[in-house]
Amino acid sequence: MITAERKPLEEIIEYVRPFGKILLVGCNECVTVCSAGGRKEVGLLSSALQMAFMKEGKMLEIKEMTLERQCDPEYVEELSGHINQVDAVLSMACGCGVQEIAQRYREKPVFPAVNTKFMGASERQGVWSERCQGCGNCLLGLTGGICPVARCSKRLLNGPCGGSTKGKCEINPEIDCAWQLIWDRLKALGQEERYSDIIPAKDWRPSRDGGPRKIIREDLAS
Amino acid sequence: MDTFEPIIVAFCCHYCAYTAADMAGSMRLHYPPNVKIVRVPCSGKVDAIHIMKAFEKGADGVYVAGCLEGDCHFKNGNVKASRRVKYIKELLDEIGIGGERVEMVTMSAGMGPQFAKTAIEMTEKIRKLGPNPVKDMAAKRRRAVGQG
Repeated sequence: MITAERKPLEEIIEYVRPFGKILLVGCNECVTVCSAGGRKEVGLLSSALQMAFMKEGKMLEIKEMTLERQCDPEYVEELSGHINQVDAVLSMACGCGVQEIAQRYREKPVFPAVNTKFMGASERQGVWSERCQGCGNCLLGLTGGICPVARCSKRLLNGPCGGSTKGKCEINPEIDCAWQLIWDRLKALGQEERYSDIIPAKDWRPSRDGGPRKIIREDLAS
Repeated sequence: MDTFEPIIVAFCCHYCAYTAADMAGSMRLHYPPNVKIVRVPCSGKVDAIHIMKAFEKGADGVYVAGCLEGDCHFKNGNVKASRRVKYIKELLDEIGIGGERVEMVTMSAGMGPQFAKTAIEMTEKIRKLGPNPVKDMAAKRRRAVGQG
């Protein structure tokens, strides 16, 4: 999922301060799963914002909505009946959702209420960690299902480096050395010999180095 | 400020604090009428939004009363409640309402005197802190929508 974290309230308050009525929009997808911008968080932020302004003697009117997906125009269209009744939109979706609203409703200011973080997985309740950087050319088949691009601090394709100590990374003892994980996994699979296969220099063009990316499926595109 | 009578909402677990409140009553123990009890099936059932809404509507203090650690009827609802209270404390600090207005307490069903003591202590503490800063606006808003 795409993970996110709520922005500091101070920053959000400054975004919405000039307005009297806002639309606070959550998203039912990734940000709901990582408890950053679903229906529940929309309710909490709305309550917190209202109190922050009430304290200053100001009434901020907030309309709460949570869309099925904020990154799809079909769902963003659902805001069309409400958008003219508000001065601005505050989105709790990832950056994709914020931009979808900005694109559809060009004359309405839209602000992000969360910081989009990374593509990750849940380690346990309340803990998420990075698993994928969307490099555009997946290497997991070569590395025992553990990604050196997302999980090695240096993105080494042939590791580990000298900073790997007792299975941990030198930048933080809390972080597992990805190459230790890869080695352990190859051993468990009985594929130790694959460790000595050299992975050639990666072509980063399918990643961000080739500029903003796009997928066009001719069979589906309308 | 001497005459300020705070409104305190106490979310009380059915299996402990609520029964303790009952016991305090049976024992004829006095505790301040400022405390308004909301019975919940487990302190873990109290969501962050319930606490926030209480403050938004003008409560001066809130506490969540759950079972003693290790005694939760649903295993660990009280531990979850205590984490949520901590989260709300930070949120209330961030918006300037003051995290000290919300507390998590634990007690057993047999601790009637402890229930009364908690109610007295919380009322005293909130009385010292003064009214919830959004109280007047909350009342104005209620009047505006015809809810008193």
